[in-house]
Amino acid sequence: MTTVATGLATRDLLGIRDLSAPEIELILQTAFAMKEIGTRPIKKVPTLRGRTIVNLFFENSTRTRMSFELAEKRLSADTLGMTTAGSSVSKGETLLDTARTLEAMSPDMIVIRHGSSGAPHQLARICRASIVNAGDGTNEHPTQALLDAFTMLEHKGRLAGLKVAIVGDLLHSRVFRSNVLLLTKMGAEVRACAPPTLVPPGLRAMGLHVTSSLDEAVSGADVVMMLRLQLERMQGLFLPSMREYFTLFGLTPRVLERAASDVIVMHPGPMNRGVEIDSEVADGPWSVILDQVANGVAVRMAVLYLLAGGEGEGGDK
Amino acid sequence: MQVLLKGVHVVDPANGRNGECDVLVEGDRIARVGRDIPVGDARVVELPRGCLVTPGLIDIHVHLREPGQEHKETIATGTASAVAGGFTAVACMPNTTPVNDSASVTEFILKRAAEANLARVYPIGAVSMGSKGGQLTEVGDLVKAGCVAITDDGRPVETALLMRRALEYASMFGIPVVNHCEDPSLKGDGVVHESPTTSMLGLKGIPGAAESIMVERDVSVAELTGGRVHIAHMSARQSLRAVRDGKARGVAVTAEVCPHHFLLTDSALTGGRAYDTNFKMNPPLREEADRAAMIEGLQDGSIDAIVTDHAPHHADEKALEFDHAPFGIVGLETAVSLCLDRLVHAGLISMTRMVELLSPNPARVLGLPGGAITEGRPADLTILAPDAPVTVRASTFKSKGRNTPFEGWTLKGAVAATIVGGRAVYVNEPVLGRASL
Amino acid sequence: MPVVMDGVRMARSLTRIAHEIVERNRGVEDLALIGIRARGVPLAERLAAEIEQIAGVRVPTGALDITLYRDDLRRPAVGPQPVLRRTDVPFSIDDRLILLVDDVLYTGRTIRAAFDALIDFGRPRAIQLVALIDRGHRELPIRADYVGRNIPTSRQQSVQVRLQEIDGRDEVEVEG
Repeated sequence: MTTVATGLATRDLLGIRDLSAPEIELILQTAFAMKEIGTRPIKKVPTLRGRTIVNLFFENSTRTRMSFELAEKRLSADTLGMTTAGSSVSKGETLLDTARTLEAMSPDMIVIRHGSSGAPHQLARICRASIVNAGDGTNEHPTQALLDAFTMLEHKGRLAGLKVAIVGDLLHSRVFRSNVLLLTKMGAEVRACAPPTLVPPGLRAMGLHVTSSLDEAVSGADVVMMLRLQLERMQGLFLPSMREYFTLFGLTPRVLERAASDVIVMHPGPMNRGVEIDSEVADGPWSVILDQVANGVAVRMAVLYLLAGGEGEGGDK
Repeated sequence: MQVLLKGVHVVDPANGRNGECDVLVEGDRIARVGRDIPVGDARVVELPRGCLVTPGLIDIHVHLREPGQEHKETIATGTASAVAGGFTAVACMPNTTPVNDSASVTEFILKRAAEANLARVYPIGAVSMGSKGGQLTEVGDLVKAGCVAITDDGRPVETALLMRRALEYASMFGIPVVNHCEDPSLKGDGVVHESPTTSMLGLKGIPGAAESIMVERDVSVAELTGGRVHIAHMSARQSLRAVRDGKARGVAVTAEVCPHHFLLTDSALTGGRAYDTNFKMNPPLREEADRAAMIEGLQDGSIDAIVTDHAPHHADEKALEFDHAPFGIVGLETAVSLCLDRLVHAGLISMTRMVELLSPNPARVLGLPGGAITEGRPADLTILAPDAPVTVRASTFKSKGRNTPFEGWTLKGAVAATIVGGRAVYVNEPVLGRASL
Repeated sequence: MPVVMDGVRMARSLTRIAHEIVERNRGVEDLALIGIRARGVPLAERLAAEIEQIAGVRVPTGALDITLYRDDLRRPAVGPQPVLRRTDVPFSIDDRLILLVDDVLYTGRTIRAAFDALIDFGRPRAIQLVALIDRGHRELPIRADYVGRNIPTSRQQSVQVRLQEIDGRDEVEVEG
């Protein structure tokens, strides 16, 4: 029996790193309840009425921004969007200035996506509002890992003991970092698979199974998670060519034959078909990629609700 | 005018002294050192119990930022910071705007230093014009104007050929080449030490090998040329090994280390201070094995000097995202307390060894006067209160820079006073009490 | 503190309420029972079984979690928080007669929240309220249509309803 926290210990969601297993369990259970709201004729609850949430996106990310916006709207929050390319430095404004400007609007929460690792942590130290990390540099993307876990839970009924292969550009992937932290906390067995040029230093020291053989990683896996290869990052010395990458690391139906018979295939999107994943797999019966998108809204609703706070467990009994 | 420091504890390793004696200062010179010096006309000064008198401390690696970056620091504020930290002399790096690659910049620095009239300032000139790694500077002119060494600090001397020529040419003037060792291609756009800790923080790493590759190269080139190379702000254990091997072979190589590299590791970047840009410096905070190696180097003599790499930045510059904020921290006003508390009181090195690393050794590395309390020589003295408690508060710094990773640290060991040329340029009144210098 | 209702009395009350429901609505056509989480849900199930005994028809049941509609969610809060459970109304409530079931009727605020929640699912023909215990102290103009037992209490006291399905035994206790 898993323990479930009665609330979150922090006012911000900066990363999976700061969450305990019972807190992760609480978020996932809350998301399970939130998912039902999306099936109603009126897909909205009044929970965050009168609360202001700023979506501060320093990196373009239509998917994540839309998912957060929908979550916020379903909880009746007032939302403000601000998308600016680049960092604050490119506008000659410090992160501190940006934070102070925002604070003047007294938001209750700030959802931030930033190209620099740690920008949400820096904001959290100076802002009164709760900070939700929607992806920072190559550090973390906690809501993505939570929605991935939720999706695994929906399909597999458990996280503990699951064999999860994560394949692709581990070095630059915040999705990978958050997923590794979450899955190991929840007792899953993670196999990390990438060419050695794309393996972060010290992964083995963390006790992770690291391999450059896709066959080995996929063998007996319950879940295969493919990461997006960021083509713009690959110029230079990481990979000789996309063609060779697909040959060695592309997920095809043939490779999947080695996995558990009920394997599910995940991808955080957007996909590079023919680079990291074969279309036949992406659109095949194993794929739960669209479930991931749908679950993203429920998980984000859960996070926003839990960070918004309550008055303890009292009721009017 | 004579001042007699009566019955004080003197730690002067260069003269093999560690014990109670009298020091007579006449004008700007040391007149006599010994027991029972007659008072005569001298004004007698008695220090509070526990105070130590050492030769003036010397920091051979600071950035005073002037000319050109006066919003970060000026020579006046930088030398005020130095004397508040117990340093009677500093050697300043040439990466100003413009770069100190000509006699006119050197002269300007010395003029400003004379106006400030606090710590002695020894400029270090550039190796290459604009520190761009191309044309060698007019080293003869720089030395004539007052430069004591050459370096392209902030950047490495990138090619082995330039290093070779610099060492050969500098040897003509008897000055060393100081190198910021870092292989630019391995450093890439790294911002922290490359380790499991930092890779999980999503920060780009600089491996220790980026430093040691160039240290190894420099030791080889020094061996080839017979020139003197000084390794700036050493941080990696592999570099220490290269320096040790070089010294064992008789190569003229010396090395320095900063307090943050023997006190902090990359784990400072996690937890409540995660992504705090006051922990961003170059070389970066390395891992425990490196930190421990630096301590070992301080103990066994393979490291010659402790320096601060005092690198003030404006608060606005440091308030950026971690990967955009500039490298560097201030150090002049914390170094001595850190050394007293974490090295001497912690039992890692003796008081004598600490003074060696902060005074005679750095003087020897750059061929500077000072480093000893010797009759007839300038009266540059530092008075320490090794047991006085100190809490680091950046807001009280004399430096314009507030960028310290040690904010809030409580340490045992303070600077009581700093005397340059017989003149008390810094007095810590709460510590010194009624003693009047 | 005293146990004010034991299992036998609780069963008797529920049987009586089931009869009242059938009589008052002249049958069970278009009827649906929706329990408010947590303890309204098993009560609704039990009433459905009683009604089936009387009328021979199984009326649909659902579960409503009103947490997201509460008027006392406040920030800042780090720590315990009402646990959100899944709402499950697997039928259309449009034009039905909805019997909302809760264990204790007190200030009326839970019921107010439940109304808001229900309305998001559609437009029922009417809503009637069932409470096992009515302890008074209403803060909103709300009254129950069917009450198991009225129990006078002070505001300092709390009323604990325990049910076999959740707590392992049936009883109502007044505490404090």
